[in-house]
Amino acid sequence: MAEVARPPRLRPPGSAWVLLPLMLSAAVFFYPLALVLREAVTDGTGTLHLERALRVLNSHIFLAALTNTLRIALASTLGCLLLGFVLGVVLTYVPFPGRALATRLIETFIALPTFLITLAFTFIYGSAGIVNETLMQATGVTLPPLDFLYSSWGVILAEVTVYMPFVLRPLMAAFSTLDRAQIEVASSLGARAPMIVRRILLPAALPALLAGGSLCLLLTVNEFGIVLFIGAKGVITLPLLVYSKAIQEFDYPTACVVASANLVLSMGLYGLYRFALNKVGGLNADLV
Amino acid sequence: MLIWSRAGRRATLFVAGLLIFVLYVAPLALILLASLAGQWNGVWPSHFGLLNFVGVFQGAPGEAIWASLVTGVVASAVALISGTSAALALRGWRGIRRKALDLIFFLPSAVPSVSIGLALLVAFSHPPVLLNGTALIVVIAHFVIVSAFAFGSVSAGLMQLPCDVEQMAESLGASSAYRLRRVTLPLLAPYLAAAFGLSIALSMGELGATSMLYPPGWVTMPVSIFALTNRGDVFEGSALTVILIVVTVTLLALVQLAIRGLAGGSARGR
Repeated sequence: MAEVARPPRLRPPGSAWVLLPLMLSAAVFFYPLALVLREAVTDGTGTLHLERALRVLNSHIFLAALTNTLRIALASTLGCLLLGFVLGVVLTYVPFPGRALATRLIETFIALPTFLITLAFTFIYGSAGIVNETLMQATGVTLPPLDFLYSSWGVILAEVTVYMPFVLRPLMAAFSTLDRAQIEVASSLGARAPMIVRRILLPAALPALLAGGSLCLLLTVNEFGIVLFIGAKGVITLPLLVYSKAIQEFDYPTACVVASANLVLSMGLYGLYRFALNKVGGLNADLV
Repeated sequence: MLIWSRAGRRATLFVAGLLIFVLYVAPLALILLASLAGQWNGVWPSHFGLLNFVGVFQGAPGEAIWASLVTGVVASAVALISGTSAALALRGWRGIRRKALDLIFFLPSAVPSVSIGLALLVAFSHPPVLLNGTALIVVIAHFVIVSAFAFGSVSAGLMQLPCDVEQMAESLGASSAYRLRRVTLPLLAPYLAAAFGLSIALSMGELGATSMLYPPGWVTMPVSIFALTNRGDVFEGSALTVILIVVTVTLLALVQLAIRGLAGGSARGR
């Protein structure tokens, strides 16, 4: 470390310092993950055995979980992009008192656990929740009229709520670098709000939407807490399938196959996210 | 200004306000309300009081607060040390080598937490390393999950540091160990504090890996909240959730203070 040579650029405090973190991550992350992949494609004795993996990948329950995961993730991401764009434009360009507080409140959700929104939604939209009780008392019907929470729609609404801030944050950062004079000029030349949004704001927001959207896609594919807390019979996603195979059925080989498939999907989406990030640049710390 | 007409602005704000209220304000308010309620028959809860919190602190859920705090602090401290060491080492690196190592350290954040839990279960359930059933395996899982975040935050912080102070220290003959201890780390301190606080917040909310791994004596807050609400004890579950939110928001406030300290510090640096 204590070398005397004078390099032209600032020297790091010794590249050897990366070794310990590397060993740590190899021991508790890469090695265990490699075992999962090995378990997925071998039999008990360690020889290659793809039959089980193929059987699992062709099973009805796996395909249903895969379809569910993709459908929920895509719908949630679209919702995040739409809601994020609308709120981003309003929070940046339509002044109102309490704007800073509202932005702060929404951004706080990035740090809060995802499942709490599900818990809250059961109080609001659940079968004995506020909305249903109010409707039942008002209309006199005996069955809860609003019945979407315990389905994919409940999961999607919860995921849109908790992951929208991941779109909003880079979006508001992008808007803050946009020259406001551009909008004033366009507006004084007679451009109406929809035209300004379409011609100025949307193009300026595109890189941030790409980055935020691909992060949402990754996070919603990996989401576990929301799906577990909603606990709907028909809504099984890949992470939930891994959990139920391993913890409820003690079927580790199957869990490893599903986890490996989930891993391949997540890695692909992570690649997409890094690609999008390179287009925008400098938002690394946003990945929580 | 985007919308000039008064009516248009009012309509836009009404819709946006309604969205924010329904999606973000109402959920938090209702969890708070439920945490204070003793009964919920009909539309609104009733019989308010602090009994749920008393129940949480006197019963098993109280131990979850302790387990979560210890897990969060230990996992985040190790992640911070490891992440800082890696970020400092990689600081001068460029090109493909840097990209590859960045990828290695960022990868845990891309893996579903349930799979991290499964992997640790598969790896450490047999001798020679038998960790299944210990609190340590939960701490390790949390370390893996917050490690990418800690590394990322410290790396981002390093990029913000003004180079000139360090270069001056070096040109004045400070050894690299002295420079690290007296110049780089103090400049980096606010970022380290922020990374530490946010890592603990992240660990506090972790559910996927923990629910794969937790031993009976080491139940964290999210697992305990799930157990409570799953068996219908929504009021105590809400009380524990409120405690979790308060702890997280407190951490965020401390992080804000640390960043404000940074604003003062870097003004001097530039």
